[in-house]
Amino acid sequence: MDLASAKMIGAGLASIALIGAGVGIGIIFGNYLAGALRNPGAAQGQFTNLLVGFALCEFTGLLGVVMAFIILFT
Amino acid sequence: MEQFEVKPIVPLHAGNLDISFTNASLWMCIVVAAAALLLTAGASPRRLVPTRLQSITEMSYIFVADMIRSAAGNEGLKFFPFVFTLFMFVLFSNVIGLFPLIHPFTVTSHIIVTFALAIFVFLMVIVVGLARHGLHFFSIFAPKVPLPMLILLVPIEIVSFLSRPISLSVRLFANMLAGHTMLYVFGTFVIGLATAGGVLSIISIAPLIAIVAVTALEFLIAFLQAYVFAILTCIYLNDALNLHEH
Repeated sequence: MDLASAKMIGAGLASIALIGAGVGIGIIFGNYLAGALRNPGAAQGQFTNLLVGFALCEFTGLLGVVMAFIILFT
Repeated sequence: MEQFEVKPIVPLHAGNLDISFTNASLWMCIVVAAAALLLTAGASPRRLVPTRLQSITEMSYIFVADMIRSAAGNEGLKFFPFVFTLFMFVLFSNVIGLFPLIHPFTVTSHIIVTFALAIFVFLMVIVVGLARHGLHFFSIFAPKVPLPMLILLVPIEIVSFLSRPISLSVRLFANMLAGHTMLYVFGTFVIGLATAGGVLSIISIAPLIAIVAVTALEFLIAFLQAYVFAILTCIYLNDALNLHEH
């Protein structure tokens, strides 16, 4: 296998990290909605925590994307 | 890709350093000028019944002030000018980068720009913490837990503290880069299919619809990432101001 095709496969493998980010973001928003429907009064107070959790979770997936870009373009 | 290339406009050299005025510098100036003009124009009329522009300005003021109050308490309001500037700079550069036709340069899609912002926040948190608590600031690495747990937790806390500027900058940079790359990829789909002729030209309407939806999503992300950047700054400031007392 030559280097160019190995790079392509490697970048594709690195993008698998996004599966985890997708599952995590789904869990965060799903659980927030479930909690908010049970107690709508407390929902607004947790909105900041929701977005911070979303950001932290998304970051783990984005590391995979950055890795893919590094593999492809260096 | 062409949209991410940094090209010098006015070449300048100081010794071995290349300090050229590039298109990145130009767009950063445009972003700052746009934010300053819009907010000054909105804040100057001071009507009792606000105009639209004044409403936007007041709403963004209240929005950021509420954000700081909820995340860092009333003490954090001392840092309102800093957080507001940071939020507006990131928001304007994200949004201006999305405008079609004017061929904008998204300054936040370059890691060096976001990293400079993040390292500034990081250093400021350390300076604020040291100025306020002295050497007691380092108790931020030691949560109130039994001693055996500390052996495990202190290294984790130190690593998580040191990785803050990296996570803060890479998040914004990767979001912007991935968003613009996605738009580019969909754009090549449209052009490739439309010029292929026959049935394929008719199918090219599908990625065209997708590109509209993705652009709408990108506007949401542009705002969300500016918000996340500002709120994390507030949370880090809160850590430095109150240590583990909250």
